[in-house]
Amino acid sequence: MMRRPDTAEVLGAVRRGGWTLGIYLVLLGLVIYTWILNSRYGLDTLAMAALPLAFAAAGQAVVVISGGIDLSVGAMMALTSVTAAVLMKNAGEEVAVVVVALVLLLGIAVGAVNGTLAVITRVPDIVVTLAMSYVWAGTALLVLDRPGGGAAEWVQDVVKGDLLDLVPRATVILALVVGIAWVPLRRSRLGLSLYALGSHPLAAFRSGVPVQRTKVASYAICGFFAAAGGLALTATTGIGTPTTGDYTLKAVAAIVLGGVSLAGGRGGILGPIAAAYVLAIIRADLVFMGVDPNYSTMIQGGIMVLVVMVAGYLELRRRRR
Amino acid sequence: MTDLLLEATGVVKTYGAVNALREASLAVRPGEIHALLGANGAGKSTLVKILTGAVRPDAGTITLRGQPCQVRSPAEARASGMVSVYQEPALIPDLAVRDNLRLTGTPIEPFRAWVAELGITTLDLRALARDLPLPTLRILDLARALAIAPDVLLLDEITAALPADLSERVMDVVGRQREGGRSVIFISHRLIEVAALCDRATVLRDGQTVGVLDITEGSENEIVRLMLGPAANGLAAPGGPREPAVASAALPAATAVPAPDASTPRLEVRGLRAGRKLQDVTFDLRAGEVLGVAGLEGQGQDELFAILSGDDRPDEGELRVDGVPMRFRHPADAIAAGLVLIPADRMQALLLQRSVRENIALPAVAPVRRWGPIAMRGEGRRVQGAIQQLQIDTRAGAEVRRLSGGNQQKVTIARWIAGGVRTLLCFDPTRGIDVGTKREIYHLLRELASGGAAILLYTSELEEIQLACDRAVVIYGGRVVDEIPAAEANEARLLRAAHGLRRGAIA
Amino acid sequence: MSTTPGSTMSTRSSLLSAAAWRRRLRDEPVIPLVMLLAALILLLQVVQPGIVKAEWVSTTIKFATPLAILAACQTLVMLTGGIDLSVASMASLAGYVAASQSPSFGDPAGIAMALGAATFVGLINGVGIGLLRVQPLIMTLGMGLVVAGFLTVYQVLVVSSGAAVPEVIGVVFGGTTFGVIPNSLFVFLPLATLILYGLRRFGYGRLLYAVGDNQTAARLAGVRIGAVLLVVYVISGLLAGIAGLALSGVSRAATIALADPYLLPSVAAVVIGGTSIFGGRGGYLGSIVGALILTVLVSLMTVLQAPQEVRQIVYGTIILVVAAAYTRVTSES
Repeated sequence: MMRRPDTAEVLGAVRRGGWTLGIYLVLLGLVIYTWILNSRYGLDTLAMAALPLAFAAAGQAVVVISGGIDLSVGAMMALTSVTAAVLMKNAGEEVAVVVVALVLLLGIAVGAVNGTLAVITRVPDIVVTLAMSYVWAGTALLVLDRPGGGAAEWVQDVVKGDLLDLVPRATVILALVVGIAWVPLRRSRLGLSLYALGSHPLAAFRSGVPVQRTKVASYAICGFFAAAGGLALTATTGIGTPTTGDYTLKAVAAIVLGGVSLAGGRGGILGPIAAAYVLAIIRADLVFMGVDPNYSTMIQGGIMVLVVMVAGYLELRRRRR
Repeated sequence: MTDLLLEATGVVKTYGAVNALREASLAVRPGEIHALLGANGAGKSTLVKILTGAVRPDAGTITLRGQPCQVRSPAEARASGMVSVYQEPALIPDLAVRDNLRLTGTPIEPFRAWVAELGITTLDLRALARDLPLPTLRILDLARALAIAPDVLLLDEITAALPADLSERVMDVVGRQREGGRSVIFISHRLIEVAALCDRATVLRDGQTVGVLDITEGSENEIVRLMLGPAANGLAAPGGPREPAVASAALPAATAVPAPDASTPRLEVRGLRAGRKLQDVTFDLRAGEVLGVAGLEGQGQDELFAILSGDDRPDEGELRVDGVPMRFRHPADAIAAGLVLIPADRMQALLLQRSVRENIALPAVAPVRRWGPIAMRGEGRRVQGAIQQLQIDTRAGAEVRRLSGGNQQKVTIARWIAGGVRTLLCFDPTRGIDVGTKREIYHLLRELASGGAAILLYTSELEEIQLACDRAVVIYGGRVVDEIPAAEANEARLLRAAHGLRRGAIA
Repeated sequence: MSTTPGSTMSTRSSLLSAAAWRRRLRDEPVIPLVMLLAALILLLQVVQPGIVKAEWVSTTIKFATPLAILAACQTLVMLTGGIDLSVASMASLAGYVAASQSPSFGDPAGIAMALGAATFVGLINGVGIGLLRVQPLIMTLGMGLVVAGFLTVYQVLVVSSGAAVPEVIGVVFGGTTFGVIPNSLFVFLPLATLILYGLRRFGYGRLLYAVGDNQTAARLAGVRIGAVLLVVYVISGLLAGIAGLALSGVSRAATIALADPYLLPSVAAVVIGGTSIFGGRGGYLGSIVGALILTVLVSLMTVLQAPQEVRQIVYGTIILVVAAAYTRVTSES
């Protein structure tokens, strides 16, 4: 039964989706600005650079929405990256398909371990994933103790360049994975359970949500996206690196910029993905503007601090009537 | 062969050192409204949680329709036909109503029908639960339970925090559950409602079932006697005078102020306006008196108390304390002016993981000039004095969360006693508290008043205005619509005014 | 009455039930922690007999001091229910500023600037978290990035004037008296005593617990939450600065990422020490023991010549196991 939405509904929807809309507008603005700065800079390069972080942000978003946090995202990415690299080296192109599937499964398993430990030990999520980040990082080193391995040709090609000369392949892959893994989930019972758990765990329990299973599921989904991120790393670099950059904390930054509430229950995946792109594009823009690359970390951190401080200030004003 | 719908026997539950349930039992027949009664800490909530799968018992058997029943989660309980509606609505704040229904697999059409039946006419399924007012949420929670036609419906204080008209509809609907052999387990502290609605009652005390009786004329006395146990000597029916259970120890010097004089009121409120709820509130509060505030839900009393305690700021209006105009920007300002708040929700007032001493001494260390070293012995003396005066049972140990509800409420009061009370703002201080502790608290308020304190008391139970207050103001539509001396402040008069009816209206 | 095995510590041990023991352990969590520390030291002695002697103790204390001070930052902040992910950057900042400015302005000025810089960063954190109510995780994360980025820029600017760890720092934190007593104790002991005393006997200490336990209740009781939070992050900055100086003194070096590996261990030490990450419960004594445990653990694995991957895995596992054990003991339901 469809009815025309009235103003209150529209305003409510805008308020809820407002942040996501905002960040996409910012992204659009930056893309235009970048094109002005350097029209030879292909969107495909941007998409490739942003892909690993976009996946990491997606995974972190799912966990945070359901009320947890995962400090082992970076380590899981490292582990899956090197596993893929080791398995794909010297293997045939066809085998690579199996490898991709296996690595994704590995991510799910690793994430599920995180979640299960959190549920069984009842230790706070931040502590469990902090501890497990060491374990997974160590495991990654066990698999490969220095950068190496390889990636199948088609794997590297599938994230390079543009599809039909229009859309970067990396973005297409991102959209496909998110579309298949998240979109059907979001409105399903499990998806609602994730939001419920993050919004009000007690009410969720009383509403019949299987709290423990849902929690494990959220970490397993995060593991899946982390594995996708690891594969993205291997695909974009052609090798596996057991010590990745600071993806965990950057993912947290991306989700906050993307409108996800650290308290849980609010936000989505689209915002954080846009935020990941925004961060990547800012980095590129700073280079084009001739800014000393050393300033780049400082500026990124500074932007984040300013954004959250302004948001905090606005929230305070709103609460004071 | 049993004709009981639900039976629980020998239920035991222990939390660490605390025996929540010792040997509790409950027997519910099909097609009856069965009251579950008991003082705070008697074990009612625990028993309910066990019945609906929120908590596992240490021992005991539960049978449903003669078959042993082992529910391990609320979902399983639902599947077996048992649903409970708790005081705090189980709707997810960040989800729309429609999504909340999908989450629990509630059929939409029956739900809509029940919502209308319960008196809510406009409902937008797309509204987020967090944007809806509390009474609406509770109705929705109830409708959600009714929509799956449960065999056993457990209602925990369903009418608390509901306006009188919604309360009536709810009781009406609940009563009709009897048809079709369905039963309701009804928990409430409002004995009048219990008498009006229920067929039988089970009374718990100290984790045990101490009595099961049929509800007839005058059962309330028997119920109260069972609830209070051996300490019930000298107990009259609710509404009459009673022996105080609180020790009339000497009051701390700070509150021993000379007898109330009529010159300057302790508190003058003029034309207070805030948001849409509070329109124009004007009244005086004098030292030595207990002034009651009566009103239905949401008439502005929440905003009034928030402003008086410094938690919020008014849009317009004036506040004078002892004749001096005041503007509060933070609760600390109000506290400095002597206005202290006892909120309705203990969870808002207590540091649950901290000790009784830390809780009671909290206001003393709050000001910046007190951030330095604490004078431990002086603090210890003040804290002990307050504990003794209120007879707080601190046996449960170092963390306040282990105390019973009544004792916890006493701690929230004690922290102001320890420093001396000038003006006390009590917002529904006895909500969800057992009869015995209620009496103690009201007696304490009277004592404080006769010692010179000025007390503003909001209560949602109109019959208690006469018990504790010298006079009462009625608030309706954000305005004070009537002022009544205690002798004339019977329930009928209060209710009329609370509904906005002018004096002298018919009936 | 049941008895617990191995309870030789109390003369009434045969009368204490398991429940009473759990309550004991919960209220005095330091006891099992010290036992764990002792067990690790014993293990070390078994693996390499003769290693545990005065010099080893001295060195261990010396190396544990910076971590213990960083753990103080985290303890205070975590008691309020927050977290400070910028402590490592602030520490690195202080160490590097002291090293780079002392050659030009002298040691006292260099140290003052170092501590001032770290405290200033803490102040920004405090403004964001205390006044603007930004989530501590994200505010300190952002500031950590800003400071780390700043250091890369700053390094380029000062590389010409040279950088050297101030002499006094090296002596205080790196040296020993009578060859055995680490000098850092002369700074750490008063500092730790002050913190422990402050948490118990100062009004402000009570307020940290109150704010962490229930902000609403604290506010209604007249506590100015914003001020309490602002001050705690300033203190965290100052302490991180001291930790950074200690670290540069211990390692006799000052690089811009010197303290970075200590960020997560600082959180781990506090967690192992029994302070709740949600706030309202815990203390500094446990964190000190936690820092010692982690330091001895690293020492143990060095002696065992464990490869990096094994070290990481063991480190993470121990943190999880201790945290789980602690959660088990403190939960009642």
